[in-house]
Amino acid sequence: MSENLAAFLYLVSGVLFIMALRGLSHPTTSRQGNTYGMVGMGIAIVTTLLLAKPSLSSLGLILVGIAAGGGAGAWIARKIPMTSMPQLVAGFHSLVGLAAVLVAAAALYSPHAFGIGEVGQIHGQALVEMSLGVAIGAVTFTGSIIAFLKLDGRMSGKPIMLPMRHVLNAGLAIAIVVFIAILVATESHTVFWLIVLCALALGVLLIIPIGGADMPVVVSMLNSYSGWAAAGIGFTLGNLALIITGALVGSSGAILSYIMCKAMNRSFISVILGGFGGEAAAAGGDDIDRSVKLGSADDAAFLMMNASKVIIVPGYGMAVAQAQHAVRELADKLKANGVEVKYAIHPVAGRMPGHMNVLLAEANVPYDEVFELEDINSEFAQADVAYVIGANDVTNPAARDDKTSPIYGMPILDVDKAKTCLFVKRSLGSGYAGIDNTLFYKDGTMMLLGDAKKMTDDIVKAMDH
Amino acid sequence: MAGTVLDTALENLDQALEAVRTAAQSQAVADGAAAAAHVATGGVIDPFIFRFAIFILAIFVGYYVVWSVTPALHTPLMAVTNAISSVIVVGALLAVGASATGMATGFGFVALVLASVNIFGGFLVTQRMLAMYKKKEK
Repeated sequence: MSENLAAFLYLVSGVLFIMALRGLSHPTTSRQGNTYGMVGMGIAIVTTLLLAKPSLSSLGLILVGIAAGGGAGAWIARKIPMTSMPQLVAGFHSLVGLAAVLVAAAALYSPHAFGIGEVGQIHGQALVEMSLGVAIGAVTFTGSIIAFLKLDGRMSGKPIMLPMRHVLNAGLAIAIVVFIAILVATESHTVFWLIVLCALALGVLLIIPIGGADMPVVVSMLNSYSGWAAAGIGFTLGNLALIITGALVGSSGAILSYIMCKAMNRSFISVILGGFGGEAAAAGGDDIDRSVKLGSADDAAFLMMNASKVIIVPGYGMAVAQAQHAVRELADKLKANGVEVKYAIHPVAGRMPGHMNVLLAEANVPYDEVFELEDINSEFAQADVAYVIGANDVTNPAARDDKTSPIYGMPILDVDKAKTCLFVKRSLGSGYAGIDNTLFYKDGTMMLLGDAKKMTDDIVKAMDH
Repeated sequence: MAGTVLDTALENLDQALEAVRTAAQSQAVADGAAAAAHVATGGVIDPFIFRFAIFILAIFVGYYVVWSVTPALHTPLMAVTNAISSVIVVGALLAVGASATGMATGFGFVALVLASVNIFGGFLVTQRMLAMYKKKEK
């Protein structure tokens, strides 16, 4: 195949990737979009094979590699529970990062295969692009592993604050820049691996001080990084599909990070600097009445069955308790009884953007009953019951009313405006951000203490009486 | 507003595509489009600038396309961007298929396996998620 035709086909696959993202503007077009993406990937792979003209033994090796990796990937995709989607995505990001590092290493050791010169005489520009790709790739790799461990609960979500960490990070960043300059001048393989080493360390140090509450931002940010790493390698290889994809993924992750930051009223810089969500925040407003009204499943069932409108507010706790199916059952019971049911989702509910929507979709909740914060917030005032299950900080009125609260200014769901707020919670502790929720002590709030799934099941049972 | 800007961005992309096509046709030299632009402009413009232009345009296309993604589909968006960023597999394929040294082939092979996990895992998990989004039964 001629190089020209190949370049053209890479462009086609880049355009198909754009259409894959475009399809996601609505659930009905999204499935077709995903197909475009797969076709684009297929074109890119076949084009590369025709271009590289591998020997029979190399081709065998390639097929083995694709079968092994593809088989594992397909198996994971089939088995993974929807609640584990954040850690899965973080894990996948780490693979892209490591792949970028390895491709760059292969290009360094065998530049001829990539058409960027001979060993010892790689074009300086290719070395710069390569080292940028490799540095970002390595940061993505270790950063995503830390994010994976935190999301998967194998590592505490508490921020780990090393002394002098900003100095340390800046030092590593400077070292990387210096090593890149040396690499361009000398093409030394040792220096290449020193860049990798520094970037791997930087990835760990960047993510360990970031607390669990900020994980949606971190996952989006690493998504963005994996894109920039791919673009860097794309420049080295002069490959249009990689350059276009890198730019798409890079901007996609950046936009998601921005949306998440805005939904928490935090600046991106303050999230990156880390430290949020660890220390138990000083409980502000001690003058309020601290008595709590406790309720039972029977009380909740009675209130909901006699309501005309119920809004369900799911949060991460629903995912942990795997309560999404029970919630759907509850909603079905209410609807059968003539009660209007809607779902309200805060942008940062869960551990990644859109996490709650996927869980509700899994439980067969139609997507047109699920609403975003700005579309439903005005409706709480007309609702008889707000059923808060597993959400906490995103309902805390302190964010709206208490200027001294650390989360002041964060947009919240106005569940306190509903006639009654039923709040399912395991205990009266504070939320993930470590902040006391003043909602618990309000008159209209009834606390339902217990596991989210068990409580919901009990309410459903109580409705049958 | 976003619609018209998107149109403009897509139009720009179309133009870029047209340019690539013209360039690709007018040259028989290797390095396809980039080198073509290089020569077509009398060697004044570096191929890098050409790629960089595509990169910048793609960032803008990405910006407008991603803002139009409905928040309900943000998780599938992350899964699918993850899958497409595995197009880095082309580098791995070149390394395995055309490398002269064992080291490079080895690196390429590992990268190939990792990228394949991502390609299959990413697209299939996206498909699984998207299949769950249903409208209300009337």
